[in-house]
Amino acid sequence: MTHHIVEVQDLNYTYPGGVHALQGVSFRIVHGESVGVVGANGAGKSTLLRHLNGYLMPVQGSVRIGDCLVAKPTLRDVRRAVGMVFQDPDDQLFMPTVYEDVAFGPLNLGLPAAEVEARVMQALDTVGAAHLRDRPPHRLSGGEKRAVAIATVLSMAPDLLVLDEPTSNLDPKARRQFIELLRTFRHTKIIATHDLDMILDLCERTIVLHGGRVTADGPTLQIFNDPELLMRSHLEKPLRMQACPVCGKPT
Amino acid sequence: MSTIESALLDMGGLDILAAQNTPIHRRDPRAKVLTALAFIVTVVSFSKYDLSGLLPLFLYPVVLVALGNLPPRYLLGKLLLASPFALIIGVFNPLLDRTILLRIGPVGLSGGWISFVSILLRFLLTVSAALILISTTGFNAVCLALTRLKVPHVLTVQLMLLYRYIFVLAEEASRMVRAWSLRAVKSRRMSPKVFSSLVGQLLLRAVDRAQRIHMAMLSRGFDGEIRLIRPLRFGMADALFVLAWTAFFVLARACNLPQLLGQAVLGITR
Ligand SMILES: Nc1ncnc2c1ncn2[C@@H]1O[C@H](COP(=O)(O)OP(=O)(O)OP(=O)(O)O)[C@@H](O)[C@H]1O
Ligand SMILES: [Mg+2]
Repeated sequence: MTHHIVEVQDLNYTYPGGVHALQGVSFRIVHGESVGVVGANGAGKSTLLRHLNGYLMPVQGSVRIGDCLVAKPTLRDVRRAVGMVFQDPDDQLFMPTVYEDVAFGPLNLGLPAAEVEARVMQALDTVGAAHLRDRPPHRLSGGEKRAVAIATVLSMAPDLLVLDEPTSNLDPKARRQFIELLRTFRHTKIIATHDLDMILDLCERTIVLHGGRVTADGPTLQIFNDPELLMRSHLEKPLRMQACPVCGKPT
Repeated sequence: MSTIESALLDMGGLDILAAQNTPIHRRDPRAKVLTALAFIVTVVSFSKYDLSGLLPLFLYPVVLVALGNLPPRYLLGKLLLASPFALIIGVFNPLLDRTILLRIGPVGLSGGWISFVSILLRFLLTVSAALILISTTGFNAVCLALTRLKVPHVLTVQLMLLYRYIFVLAEEASRMVRAWSLRAVKSRRMSPKVFSSLVGQLLLRAVDRAQRIHMAMLSRGFDGEIRLIRPLRFGMADALFVLAWTAFFVLARACNLPQLLGQAVLGITR
């Protein structure tokens, strides 16, 4: 087993319409790291994440997850290792009850019923949603849906959590709870978001994408303290790092 | 919300009903699927002028609704939603088929009218059997049962996804109609132009969303087969359920029970 859990090398991707969404993206992530992926709308964040579980195949370059090179024959192992949480939980929750939804992944892994049951209850407990087990997912609140969506991938015991805009559409309290929940996870995490304050809370490292290229990759604080870089990448300092709007003093 | 909109969104309600625990809900999905099939075949096999022979078959939906603790009003609402199809199919019969088959005093009933009523009755029976099947079993379990009964996988998974996407589509549609109605203050009617562009938009959005759902399924190891956690066990009670109902259906088909009953009553009073 190599030390690197994710290794992306010179990744290029062009959508059928001709949009060059990724152009020569390379980075490595080691076990236990939490990495933020930030960038303007259309920078290529979602496209990058879709390569990590083999939904999109590289046109050029390679993606390696643990020991597996992402390709057709390894898809099963890759998808077992990578837990992908999507932007809209409605896309992720498609079974009639929360319980069945969380059991969907483990059942596909071919686990025995008792093991599935245990994993489902553990995942639901972890996200504090055990009481929702018999509810239909499409009638939950936004925050509850988000928690259940996380449980659906936790139940597969992934090595790597990949989250695309996990805090969009959450109210401040739900957002805070969600961040605290993510903080308790020991998994390697990759989080794509516009919520730079969350990155500040959760990720010691940040990768900045712009126009399908990596424009910066380094310690989060260092990147957020580089106004010139942020401006070039159509980003802004996290609110918490900006001067106080009332008194003008830096916080 | 307009009524058709809410009715569509409410279709998910059938699956909520399916989460109950009654003697009917506890039966193996395969038992219920087989019985429902036998019922539907029986209903369809009646001749098109048969009215009284159909009546005893109402026992089946009535018993299942009662034992399965299903809300009759809710199911009737769903039936009404689908009834225009039956009306369209049957409505020409009275015009086409004018032979008088039955005389009640001075009024002659033509074959067309009788077959029209018969179509309505058969529609009522078959659709309510389908609704009851889903609301006592759950759609996914019905699909699973079909798979175990050797219906090809491709078909049952398609069916399951179709069911899931119908709600998605309905939700998407209702959101668009709401957006339109908030802006179209003056006209309450949609012009054909607006309507066609709305439908086009809807299709694109639905395809997009279906793709995202598919992506989510794939990333959780979906390989074309849907597995459910509930183990299927076909027990004594399930066999009895199928046998008893099938026997009743055969009996109802073979001899006209209301007629027999009428003769018996007359025989006693005579
Ligand atoms: N399915 C698609 N077909 C064609 N082009 C696409 C598709 N999805 C994305 N693109 C294009 O690829 C580029 C990158 O899109 P991507 O969704 O990866 O950006 P993003 O960084 O996730 O943006 P956002 O912050 O808005 O989510 C954009 O120019 C977009 O228009
Ligand atoms: Mg995106």
